[in-house]
Amino acid sequence: MAAVLVSLLKNQDAKRRCCCGGVFVGSVLGLIPSIQVLASGRSLAQNFGAPIPSLNISLGVDPLSAFFLIAIFVLSGVIALYSLGYLKGQNTLFGSLPFFPLLILAMAAVVMARDGFFFLICWEVMSLASFFLVTSEHEIREVRHAGWIYLIATHLATALLMAFFVLLFKQVGSFSFYDFASFGALSPRLAGVLFLLAVVGFGTKAGIFPFHVWLPHAHPAAPSYISALMSAVMIKTGIYGILRALTFLGAPPLWWGEVLLGLGILSSVLGALYALVQKDLKKLLAYSSVENIGIIVMGIGLGLIGVTRQESITTLLGFGGALLHVWNHALLKGGLFLGAGIIVHVTHTRILERMGGLIKIIPTTGGLFIFAALGIVGLPPLNGFISEWLLYQGLFHGIQSFTGFSIFLSIAGIVGIALTGGLILAAFTKVIGVALLGEPRDQTLYERKKSSWTHTFPLIGLAAISLSIAIFPQAVWPWIIATLQPYHAFILPDPTANIFLSLRFIGSLGFILLIFCAGLILLHRFRIVKLGEKQSVTWDCGYRAPSPRMQYSASSFAESLAVIFRGLLKLDWNIKKPTALFPATAQFSEYSEDRAEANLFRPLFASVANLFAMTRKVQPTRIQWHLGLIFMVLLLLFFWEVWFGI
Amino acid sequence: MYTWAVHFFLLLFLPPFFLGVIAKTKACFAGRKGPPLFQVYYDLYKLWSKGVVYSRSASYVLRMAAPIIFSVILLGGLLVPVVGASPIHFEGDFILLAYLFGVGRFFTILAAMDVGSSFEGMGAAREATFAALTELAFFLIVVSLVAMTHSTSLSGMLAWAKNHFLWAPAYLILAGAFFLILLTENSRMPIDDPTTHLELTMIHEVMILDYSGPDLGLILHGAAMKLFLFIALLTSLFWPPTETSFWLALGSSVLKMTGVAILIGVVESANARLRLIKIPQLLIANFVATAFALVIILMGKG
Repeated sequence: MAAVLVSLLKNQDAKRRCCCGGVFVGSVLGLIPSIQVLASGRSLAQNFGAPIPSLNISLGVDPLSAFFLIAIFVLSGVIALYSLGYLKGQNTLFGSLPFFPLLILAMAAVVMARDGFFFLICWEVMSLASFFLVTSEHEIREVRHAGWIYLIATHLATALLMAFFVLLFKQVGSFSFYDFASFGALSPRLAGVLFLLAVVGFGTKAGIFPFHVWLPHAHPAAPSYISALMSAVMIKTGIYGILRALTFLGAPPLWWGEVLLGLGILSSVLGALYALVQKDLKKLLAYSSVENIGIIVMGIGLGLIGVTRQESITTLLGFGGALLHVWNHALLKGGLFLGAGIIVHVTHTRILERMGGLIKIIPTTGGLFIFAALGIVGLPPLNGFISEWLLYQGLFHGIQSFTGFSIFLSIAGIVGIALTGGLILAAFTKVIGVALLGEPRDQTLYERKKSSWTHTFPLIGLAAISLSIAIFPQAVWPWIIATLQPYHAFILPDPTANIFLSLRFIGSLGFILLIFCAGLILLHRFRIVKLGEKQSVTWDCGYRAPSPRMQYSASSFAESLAVIFRGLLKLDWNIKKPTALFPATAQFSEYSEDRAEANLFRPLFASVANLFAMTRKVQPTRIQWHLGLIFMVLLLLFFWEVWFGI
Repeated sequence: MYTWAVHFFLLLFLPPFFLGVIAKTKACFAGRKGPPLFQVYYDLYKLWSKGVVYSRSASYVLRMAAPIIFSVILLGGLLVPVVGASPIHFEGDFILLAYLFGVGRFFTILAAMDVGSSFEGMGAAREATFAALTELAFFLIVVSLVAMTHSTSLSGMLAWAKNHFLWAPAYLILAGAFFLILLTENSRMPIDDPTTHLELTMIHEVMILDYSGPDLGLILHGAAMKLFLFIALLTSLFWPPTETSFWLALGSSVLKMTGVAILIGVVESANARLRLIKIPQLLIANFVATAFALVIILMGKG
């Protein structure tokens, strides 16, 4: 592990090659011990001396950490390869480059930290490093705005996490994770408060609705390789945080699971819905991350309900689905963002309405993008389906064994994933249909670039890993059990032979499907070559002069679904109808806003700003007064401490 | 092994027959003689030996779509119990089935967008919309069946239904809701018109305008197979064969399926196509009806 840290740190100062190469080497080196831990089930721990008193640099890798470490290292390795080509000639991005290895180092350290104080430091380094990466192109106003939102969101979250760790410290008397985990006597009320702090604090980083507002701003603003890294792995540290926090808080009461399941349903459905109406390619992908995080959180919620009821199958399916989805989403969303990077590279725009016909310019990337989209929509035979299937199975088990409100939530969960599936299918067919297929809408945009080897190779790598998980899900399954077992000892190594068997069935059916498809396509090709193939215009249905602008656009595609859910979307139209006999102009535009942002956070921050404006009025103008006030507050706090304790 | 073979054979060769039955029924209602019962087979043969015309706007997506769509439906067919248990069954197989149809839809939509016609884009958008809504009702029906039968595989539900032949109200609501899903998913009459693409309400037919020759044949055959699978699911989940001998069960199943096909023909003849705005309302109403059935089942369990 130390080798990883050194190799990452040493290259911070260097140029593109050194940086990306260093990350790649570091990731490969880091991957080996992580896999070892997960395969053997043994935990590693390492205590470093404390350079500062009360800071205890204690690192450890247990199966849960290893599971996330693998995702971090695989993705950062692949992204490093990609950025090698991506950054060529992009001089504006060089300033922020040193933060790239730092971010990866910080993420790895967050997952490995075994001390609350040290954890917070790593967490903060991670947030700041990613902030500087998001604002790489800070000349653009929009980017600065996004960076600002991100900074505020991430610090509010950190504040909550500080409260979380301080409260725990007050109870346990130490910052060590091992002491947290072995301390069993939290009062239920305190545990509940801690749980909520963790959910909101970590959930903000993860992008759970309604704490996701920074995400759709930050992801499009960042350079594509960074959005891939953030969306694929950084938001997963939030998920890791929730899972880790749960190991500190003792036996969970029922409502924890129900809260998480409910939040998960909300995030996934609304994330998918917002994704559907976006016109910005990367914003759409960002909302799709909200949706996928929702699915992961649903799994965790279901798992917790299972833990409460001591049902090993439900627990295993819930947590297992969530964990597997962490990997799947990392692989697929990483691929999608990298693909989006290539698309933006070719078209110099993120607006879907100006693209079109790209698949003829970048056929390989286009195909890989469709492949990854198929997976993220959760369709077989790809890995996204496997984790959604596990979650479905868990919810169906829930319906049979739960009682009361949990049954209702399980049903809502099933309906929720089904609706999410439908919406996200519409969203991604929209992206592909509008951006990649059809005719180019704006020819002037395109440079006829060939996407280089370093561009497509990482995408192929990610697709290959996805496919192998999809075809051999049974190979990943023991790892998931190994990850969960230390925390929920009632999960036995193989209590679920049936599930195992079903997984094998699905995997091999996926394989059969692939073979069958390939065979049929080949057969078909032969047949067509024999019969003869002609080319003609698209069947134009009475139109004499079809123009690319007449194609169905992104908003018109989303329209029919968006109208049904317009209440949730805050959909608005701006119509200028043609008037008079010979109408000169007519205009139509449509826009939608995030409900959480418009109805929750904007009023909240507006009132906070008002409050501060009021205090500014009473603020004295002389510096002596300031000093006096600070002194008085300190005095007050001192007496508070003396008389009441904290 | 030989039920496997029979299943596969039925899957490939029986579906066009039911399209014929529906067409005959509709012709009967309209007072026409109608096309012969086996017309669809002739059509398929004709298409299989024709050349192909592709749009210049289309990429490789359109060229690959038809075989992919056909193969996912065929693979889905292996999970559906037609007579007795299906060849491949495991816990949660219906999820795979629903999502396999999803793959088919994914590529149908993409291929429609590929030719760059606004007309086909319109159909694609509608398909995505209505599919999202029917999926809800479909999964709620499955939830109800799981709650009732305690089985999470289609064949398990079939086995349960065999032993619990019943006319409970919830069961009938579910059957009705499933029938409506069948009509929606296969673009039949009150929702979509399978015989035309020249009106502003068409969905499926407009998406396949730019296929020709063997491609169109695969699409047509796939659509027939999908309809057949839905009919088979309807009959085997809600009125399973009780005969013990395989061949008798097969005979009775085919008879029932023909009955359902005639019913579809009757519905198509008696109903006008709905206005487009009304369709989401109908689908959501269907969802609510299913929710009622589910409540009844859960209350009944105590």
